[in-house]
Amino acid sequence: MAEFDQELDACGLNCPLPILRAKKALGTMDSGNVLRVIATDAGSVKDFEAFSRQTGNALLDSHEEDGKFYFLLKKS
Amino acid sequence: MSENQKKLALIATKGTLDWAYPPFILASTAAAVGYEAQIFFTFYGLNLLKKKMDLKISPLGNPGMPMPMGMDKWFPTLGTALPGMEAMMSGMMKQKMKSKGVASVEELRDICIESEVKLIACQMTVDLFDFKREDLIDDIETGGAATFLEFAGEADVSLFV
Repeated sequence: MAEFDQELDACGLNCPLPILRAKKALGTMDSGNVLRVIATDAGSVKDFEAFSRQTGNALLDSHEEDGKFYFLLKKS
Repeated sequence: MSENQKKLALIATKGTLDWAYPPFILASTAAAVGYEAQIFFTFYGLNLLKKKMDLKISPLGNPGMPMPMGMDKWFPTLGTALPGMEAMMSGMMKQKMKSKGVASVEELRDICIESEVKLIACQMTVDLFDFKREDLIDDIETGGAATFLEFAGEADVSLFV
């Protein structure tokens, strides 16, 4: 299991809430720290890739496990 | 605001529950990915700036709208004009949205305000429909076509909703 500093449970939330909640969480974190997001919205896979490219917060990992999607975002 | 910050300019003209989503979703997400975003609310779109929105969907004249129990297939179109139908369908839609984890319009609007999306009420339609300033939320500005165009002229994305 990869290391992270903070976790956000966005399970059950639909577009665009996982992205908006992640943005909010990242706003409270220090640069270089890692946020793990757990979501059930299948659309969030592509959305977090696009979010990462546009904001510069690196997407270190994105994978599915038992119907849930896990993301690691490193705050830029 | 940096010079090269992307900009999103939206015009919101509709005041129903379904049409309230596109402008608030796009603007809040744009702000989250670093855009400067502005929404210009005109005509029925002004309903989206009311303190108490109480938005409804209209099943009448909307054959593309899925209805519970496949009603869109067998329920007579004129039947959707019956008293109470609009309120009932709106209630069912809100319930469905909640159960699917879709944000409420109020929540998305709050996020827009928090993330400094500029909300502009069209002065002409505010006057036309006799909207009272106290019926609208505090976090808005008023302006006209020239106000919108000044920002939209510099925008990377500009949409009419």
